[in-house]
Amino acid sequence: MASITQFNPSTPKRDLAIMGIFALVVLTAPIWATPIGANYPDLLQRFAIFGIFAIGYNLLFGLTGYLSFGHAAFLGVGSYAAVWIFKLLTMNAILAVAFGVLVAAVFAVAIGYVALRRAGIYFAILTLAFAQMSYRLAYSVLTPITNGETGLTLAGSDPRVIDALFGAASGGTPPPSLFGLELTGYAAFYFCAVMLILAFWVSLKIFRSPFGLKLLAIKSNQTRMRFTGYNTRPYVLTVFVISGMYAGLAGSLMAVTDPLAGAERMVWTASGEVVLMTILGGAGTLVGPLLGAALIKYAENIFSAINTSQLTQVFGFLPEPVTDLMVGVSSLFVGEGWHLTLGLLFMAIVIFLPGGMMEGLRRITGLIKRRRSGPSATENSAVTQPSE
Amino acid sequence: MDTLLLQLLNGLDKGGAYALIALGLTLVFGTLGVVNFAHGALFMLGAFVAVSVNALLTISQKVRDESITAFEAYTTKPYLEIWLGDFGEQIIEWSVPISALVAIPVMLLVGLVMERGLIQYFYKRTHAEQILVTFGLAIVLGEIIKVFFGANPISQSAPPALSGAAPLGAMLGLNENLTYPWWRLVYLLCSFLIVCSVFAFLKLTTYGMVVRAGMADREMVGLLGINIQRRFTVVFGIAAIVAGLAGCLYTPILPPDYNMGMNFLVLSFVVVVVGGMGSLGGAVSAGFLLGILQSLASMSLVKDIAPGIDQVIIYLIAVVILLTRPRGLMGRKGVMEV
Repeated sequence: MASITQFNPSTPKRDLAIMGIFALVVLTAPIWATPIGANYPDLLQRFAIFGIFAIGYNLLFGLTGYLSFGHAAFLGVGSYAAVWIFKLLTMNAILAVAFGVLVAAVFAVAIGYVALRRAGIYFAILTLAFAQMSYRLAYSVLTPITNGETGLTLAGSDPRVIDALFGAASGGTPPPSLFGLELTGYAAFYFCAVMLILAFWVSLKIFRSPFGLKLLAIKSNQTRMRFTGYNTRPYVLTVFVISGMYAGLAGSLMAVTDPLAGAERMVWTASGEVVLMTILGGAGTLVGPLLGAALIKYAENIFSAINTSQLTQVFGFLPEPVTDLMVGVSSLFVGEGWHLTLGLLFMAIVIFLPGGMMEGLRRITGLIKRRRSGPSATENSAVTQPSE
Repeated sequence: MDTLLLQLLNGLDKGGAYALIALGLTLVFGTLGVVNFAHGALFMLGAFVAVSVNALLTISQKVRDESITAFEAYTTKPYLEIWLGDFGEQIIEWSVPISALVAIPVMLLVGLVMERGLIQYFYKRTHAEQILVTFGLAIVLGEIIKVFFGANPISQSAPPALSGAAPLGAMLGLNENLTYPWWRLVYLLCSFLIVCSVFAFLKLTTYGMVVRAGMADREMVGLLGINIQRRFTVVFGIAAIVAGLAGCLYTPILPPDYNMGMNFLVLSFVVVVVGGMGSLGGAVSAGFLLGILQSLASMSLVKDIAPGIDQVIIYLIAVVILLTRPRGLMGRKGVMEV
């Protein structure tokens, strides 16, 4: 993994182009998602939200190499904070998101301050311990705040002080809004998309900054970094908090698109999922985690919806016993068994392609380049590093 | 006093399971240097050995139910009972102890296949990658079990001779009404026995001595002309057996489901870290210690003082230990210190 997270000096012009292309791709998502059957606002929102989550996770894991197994805690905290804003103050999404990010940041400072005293597997266990503690407490003692197993939902009797002040119709549960614009369906997706573009921009800036370079130095050799006179902890803590804020942003956006929050968002398998997304896409690359998140959510959507009758149709052209066999075998991997596919995919990626999809892409482009330019240029193309 | 004793025993029971899993984890880590997140899955597989042995023993035939004469009624009767009569019935009743015997070769095989098939390629990779690939393996194993056995817990019963309540109070000369399930006592005994035999194997046999030497300095042992790799692979198999036995014998206490490995794994990892990475004694003692503390924290007296403490105590202790004693309770110097 270390091999592909190199510092890539880039020109501002090139970064601007990357941002432009990225924004264009994200904003036109409803158009290009139609042919692949992903053009539901619900799914597109999930792409964007988990994209933000993975980008944030990548800032920590990809740049510094600290493997956190408790990032879902920040996601859950962000969700709860956002729903509380909806309940108490206003349905305006901006305030909810801001508060969600803020609360997640406070949590991240507290947890990071303690957990970052250790590195490696101890750090992983510490973050896991904190996340599990939050999860357990959310289910037991903190039920007045979290509403336990039912989850925190909106109710018609919520005060919503600010909304009431401006004379909004009380009663019922209005959807989250942005200064009067109701955030449902595509409006909610575009809200998430703008957030995603902002998040990506910040991530790009961090990647290109001296701060990002220092984080990479910490990843490659923290001891040596210390010898050169840097106190590494403030840097790691800063990026840990930033990463936690990304998770909080993702969590509060979840609450914006669907105003409820439950403790199951904090369970450790949810933390594992974001690690998987980041690794799958390529840890330490700019767009890799986003690709990983989109692929997993897309595959989850496709695979878990397939049922036996559809499989029978697909394999229908084969002789009957073969059809039965193929349907029997492949039905293990779809629908309920989707997690099996996920686990196998996860293993395959870690075993064969530790750099994730981005490394795969790079290998393929490298191969094509070599073919085209003939054997003489082999050495040359081996050293070229595409930027992300 | 009585509740205290009961909770102590409960804690020892739970601690026994933690200790056995943690022992295997730290054994694998100490020998192969691999952080195995799939170790909980081995515990789960052991439990499902018990389930499948039970299912095999009770393969049944439909027979005429003689007790109902009014109409033709059918009931199922296991082949074993048909063939062997009362003896067959007893075999079925003792299916959990029998499956423990079956679990030994099965888990050894599973462990060896896992080590040769996957783990050996990850010695040189980073701990993060080891964690990730074994995490994936754990998901896959869990899902495979789910395909065959479904998602619901499948309860297993202890042999009738051991399933009643032991008059513990009378035995110890305390309150007459104090009783405790026999099987839990058996489990406790078994976990002590397993721990002792693993330690005896490592400390008293020549094979174990070489393994310990290899843990201390692998290269040197290799230079002396010993195939240390093969021995470490066997150690992985032993760790798998220990985890499998723990799971197999735990089935009458907790009905196994495909997810149980994950739940125990997280706790066992905390146990290993608290005990000290690479320290066998540390893992065992931390396992029992945390089990007991968890049980004590769930007493209503404690819960009144600190609400919710029973949910978080293990993690809380882990945090405190890691911050005050970076190496864990009994960690060896130089092992994964950061």
